Amino acid sequence: MEGSGQETIITVLKEKYAGEILQTESPYGFLTITFKKEKITEIIHYLYHHPETKFQYLTTLGGIHFPESGQIAVMYQLHNLVTNQRIRLKIFLPEQNPVTGTITGIFAAANWLERETFDFYGVVFEGHPNLKRILNVDDMIIFPMRKEYPLEDQTRDDKNDTMFGR
Amino acid sequence: MNENKLLTDEIYVPEEKQYSYLNLGPTHPATHGIFQNVLKMDGEIIVEADPTIGYIHRAFEKLAERRPYNQITPITDRLNYCSAPINNIGWHMTVEKLLGTEIPKRVQYLRVIIMELARITDHLICNAVIGVDTGALTGFVYMFQQRELVYEIYEEICGARLTTNIGRIGGFERDFSPKAWEKINRFLKEFPVILKEFENLLKRNRIFMDRTIGVGGITAEKALNYSFSGPNLRAAGVDYDVRVAMPYSSYEDFDFIIPVGSNGDVYDRFMVRQEEMWQSLNIIKQAIDKLPAGPFHATVPEFYLPPKEEVYNNMEALIYHFKIVMGETDVPKGEVYHCVEGGNGELGFYLISDGGRTPFRLQFRRPCFIYYQAYPEMIKGSMLSDAILTMSSMNVIAGELDA
Repeated sequence: MEGSGQETIITVLKEKYAGEILQTESPYGFLTITFKKEKITEIIHYLYHHPETKFQYLTTLGGIHFPESGQIAVMYQLHNLVTNQRIRLKIFLPEQNPVTGTITGIFAAANWLERETFDFYGVVFEGHPNLKRILNVDDMIIFPMRKEYPLEDQTRDDKNDTMFGR
Repeated sequence: MNENKLLTDEIYVPEEKQYSYLNLGPTHPATHGIFQNVLKMDGEIIVEADPTIGYIHRAFEKLAERRPYNQITPITDRLNYCSAPINNIGWHMTVEKLLGTEIPKRVQYLRVIIMELARITDHLICNAVIGVDTGALTGFVYMFQQRELVYEIYEEICGARLTTNIGRIGGFERDFSPKAWEKINRFLKEFPVILKEFENLLKRNRIFMDRTIGVGGITAEKALNYSFSGPNLRAAGVDYDVRVAMPYSSYEDFDFIIPVGSNGDVYDRFMVRQEEMWQSLNIIKQAIDKLPAGPFHATVPEFYLPPKEEVYNNMEALIYHFKIVMGETDVPKGEVYHCVEGGNGELGFYLISDGGRTPFRLQFRRPCFIYYQAYPEMIKGSMLSDAILTMSSMNVIAGELDA
């Protein structure tokens, strides 16, 4: 991924959504842009159709929980298969009420990925056609990938590995 | 309305046409894994399908947040267990990318050999199973013997067969033994003959062609919209292959062809996989011919276990050994995405490290999970027996689907 391609994408985004960009970085050469949460669906739609970007392949989508700041990030990775450009978009939502728009209208593949993010992080994608749990049981009441839920059952006392865990 | 409404009340809504509902799965001998599909049937035609997944969900992403980096490799084994070495090596490469480790050329070539062997086993099972689902059991039994030969190669290299846990962060635990090379060469000599025979059995077989051509098709546009990858996408006519698009582990050194189909139906998927096996054989031969000399692992003392003699005689080695075994090695902070061409498509590892001993977040981009959601659309309007065939030709692996 060369720098000039990334410059083009940033220019294209700044043309219309300059006010929405919070941060632009490129960790390990992977262009990552953090946006304000409100217009993400619109931005992805714009990137899909703009002749200079044409990000028409959704690589992946997922949540990340940041307990210190009380936020849940949603990460989208898009790919332009023609120019082989990749981009990662991020939005940060409040942990208490994480609501954002769905991108199932743009990518059919987002359907289950959004359901998975809802299942594990509780992110509500408004407008999703079938937003229910996908991998966990339906009557689960927690969102297990959030950091406050430890991996192991805390009521167990036969296992003590406080020495090695964090 | 009565609160305790029975399920049957919903089903027997008066309609013009009477549909029947069929539970295909969760455990059904023809689905090769635990998949449930509630099918709404009009006679033998599928009107609607409603898949339920997650029967073997094992919380890999949560598990990974508590395990040191070297202990995550066994988790990746259990994603696509038909080609476990690709997952293992993909994970090693993700960590190496995070650490910025320079990998010796020999390791890269050895990895290519292992990954292509894994691709052959993956495709071989899938194609053999397509044969079974069309009623040809002979090919299946015949090809399974060949898979055994590859598993013996794995066994010679790492000691395990199915869930291989092959290699280490930085390279291999030991160099390939003469016995391993002997087995690889034997496989390279014997397998093409058998593969050709298997191909002759089905490729121009009238019954097989009638059962598979035009069945379970998907257009390239739909496939891209559903984020298909790997052989399923290429069968639809899109030549996207991670090995070429973003070469890793020295794939740019090899000369090979990306086969593409045109209709994206079962036959095309079969043929694409078949051709990919030939290409994989070709890549393995090139890798063996060009195999450079050199070390079989990189110098990453924080991650690569030192040899036992050194542990007993050398203070530094002992410290590293202890730190690795106890999982106390720190890694740089960073956010990295690495993808490899798995048996089913783009297998991605999205890793966020906060500098601690375990990943802060690890997401697996599991190709099966992403493309299986197109299944209801692909089988709509087809016969039940074609639905079975479509599923096996998509190579949906339950372990990868449910993580």
